[in-house]
Amino acid sequence: MSNKRFSLVLMMVLVASSAMFAGTVSGKVTYTGTPAHMKPIDMSKEPSCAKQHPTPITSETVVTGANDALDNVVVYISSGAPDDGQIPTQAITYVQKGCQYIPHVLAMHVDQEFAIANDDQTSHNIHPHPTVNIEWNLSQQAGSPPIKKKYDKPEFIPVQCNIHPWMHGWFAVLKTSHYDVSKDGGDFKLPNLPPGKYTITAWHESYGTQTADVTISGNETKEVNFSFKAKPY
Amino acid sequence: MTSLKPMRSIGVTFFAAMLGLLFVAGFVTPASAQDEPAVGPKPPVPFRNTESHVGDITGHSADGKLPYRRYCAGCHGDYGDANGENAVWLDPKPRDFTIATFKCRSTLTGTLPTDQDLFNTIGRGLTNSNMPIWNTFSKQERADLVAYIKIFSPRWEKEKAGVPITVPAEPPVTLESISHGQALFAKLECWKCHGLHGEGDGPSASTLTDSKDNPIRPFNFAAAGNDSRFKCGSTNQDIYKIFMTGVDGTPMPSFADVIQPNDAWDLVHFLRTLQVHRKSRENDILMAAHGVIPPYVEKKTGSLAPAASANEKVPGGGQ
Repeated sequence: MSNKRFSLVLMMVLVASSAMFAGTVSGKVTYTGTPAHMKPIDMSKEPSCAKQHPTPITSETVVTGANDALDNVVVYISSGAPDDGQIPTQAITYVQKGCQYIPHVLAMHVDQEFAIANDDQTSHNIHPHPTVNIEWNLSQQAGSPPIKKKYDKPEFIPVQCNIHPWMHGWFAVLKTSHYDVSKDGGDFKLPNLPPGKYTITAWHESYGTQTADVTISGNETKEVNFSFKAKPY
Repeated sequence: MTSLKPMRSIGVTFFAAMLGLLFVAGFVTPASAQDEPAVGPKPPVPFRNTESHVGDITGHSADGKLPYRRYCAGCHGDYGDANGENAVWLDPKPRDFTIATFKCRSTLTGTLPTDQDLFNTIGRGLTNSNMPIWNTFSKQERADLVAYIKIFSPRWEKEKAGVPITVPAEPPVTLESISHGQALFAKLECWKCHGLHGEGDGPSASTLTDSKDNPIRPFNFAAAGNDSRFKCGSTNQDIYKIFMTGVDGTPMPSFADVIQPNDAWDLVHFLRTLQVHRKSRENDILMAAHGVIPPYVEKKTGSLAPAASANEKVPGGGQ
C-alpha cells in the first residue's frame, strides 16, 4: 500500500468515525427560589378565545414543572460549532390558538422560513419587536393563509398582539442549527454534535442567560444541567 | 525675550510630545471604542454623501446638514437617535432615524419608505405630535433633509426603498359602501383599539405601547378641529395607504394581505363618517340617509375571504 493510498484510507476512516461518533448533550433546566405567581388571563374581552379555556390559562413568562423544572428555556451552542450555514429544513409554525402563542418560544435558524398561523375565530396582529432585525406588523384575520417570514440576524425577539394585549411570545433566532427549547419538565437534548469543545448557552426570557462548557470526544452523551435563580416578581 | 530661549526649546519638545499624544489618541481611541459595548456618549455619526430623489429634485446630504442641525436636531438629536434635548418632554417621542422605522409610508410594512414619503412627512408635519408643518422649507431643502437623515442608519446603504402599493381608482361613495366598511371595521377588529365610534377608546386602547415601550394612543377619528387630521395625509388615498401599509413602530398593523382593494375603499368611506366634525362626501351621503348606516348583508362571494374575488362587487349596486 502506497503512502498516498494509506493516507486516503486514513482520511476516510477519520471522516466516517467523526460522523459515527456524534455526541449528544442532554440535561435538565431547573430553578431555585420562588418564581413569580403567573396570573390567570382574563379573556372575557374575546369570548371566542375565553370559551376555549374552561380554566383560565396563566401568562407564560415562567412555565415550571414538577421537581423545579423550568420550561421554555432556549438551549443552544453559542460557540465551538462553526455554523455550517445549514438551515434546518423542517417546517416550523407559530400558531395563534385560543389567543395564545403556541409554542410560547419558537427557536429557529437565521434565514429559516417559519409560518405564522391563525387558528382562532378572531383577527390578530403579529407584532414582533426586533432591535437588530427589521420590524414589521401584520394583521391576520380568521381563516387567512399562514404568513411566511424569516429573520436574517440572530436575536431574541419579543412578539406581541396589540389587539389582545395578554398575548406574548418569543422568536429565538439563532446562528446555529444545534438548539432546543426545554419542555416537558425542563428536558432538552442537543444531538449530532461532532467531537469538539463547545459553549452551551441557556436563555430564559425573564431569568437571563447561563453558559456551560462541554467537551465531546466521541460517541457519548454528556449531561449538562442548568439552574436559574427565580425572580420573585 | 532672550531669557525665554531655553523655554522655547522645552516648548518645542513639549509641543512635539503633545502632537504625538494627539496622534495616538486620534488613531487608537476610535478603534478600541468599537470593540467595547456602547457606554456613555455615542461617537458622532460619520458623514456620508447620500442623495434623495423627489420628482426632478435631487437632495444632497451635504446641504441637509446645516438645516438639520438648526431645525431638527433639537428633538431628533445630533446623531438622529431621537435623543435631542427636547425629546424628554415630547409625547409621542420623535422618530429615531438610527432604526429607520417610519410611520408614513406608501410601501409595505418592514420596508423603507420612498424619498417622496419622507419629503411629504416633513412638509405635512404629524398631527397630534410636536412635529410641525415644515412648509417654511423650500422643496430643495426638504429633499436635502431627506438625504441627510439617511446617514443615520446603515439600512439605507444596504436596502432599497420599498415599492409603493398600488391604490386603485376610488369607486363612488354609496350608503352600501359605507355599510360594508362598517362591517369590516367590526370584523377586522379595528374597534378593539379605535373604539366602536372611532374615538380611540376601544377595550385594548389603554394597553398600547409603541416599539420603544412608550404608551401610545390609537387615533381618535371623532376629534374636533385639526386633531382629526390624519397623521399621514388627509385624502382618501392617504387613508387607504395608512391601514394597508400599517404605521410601523406603533401597534397599527398592515392590512395589505387581508383586505381586497374594493373592500379597502369601503373601509375608507366608513372611516370618513367617523370624522363627525369634518365635512366630507361620505358624511353628506350619510346625512341624507338621516345618519343611519344600514346593516351590511354579506354577499355570497364572501368578500372578507382573502381568496375570493372582490371585483364581482359592483359599486353602487344597491341593496
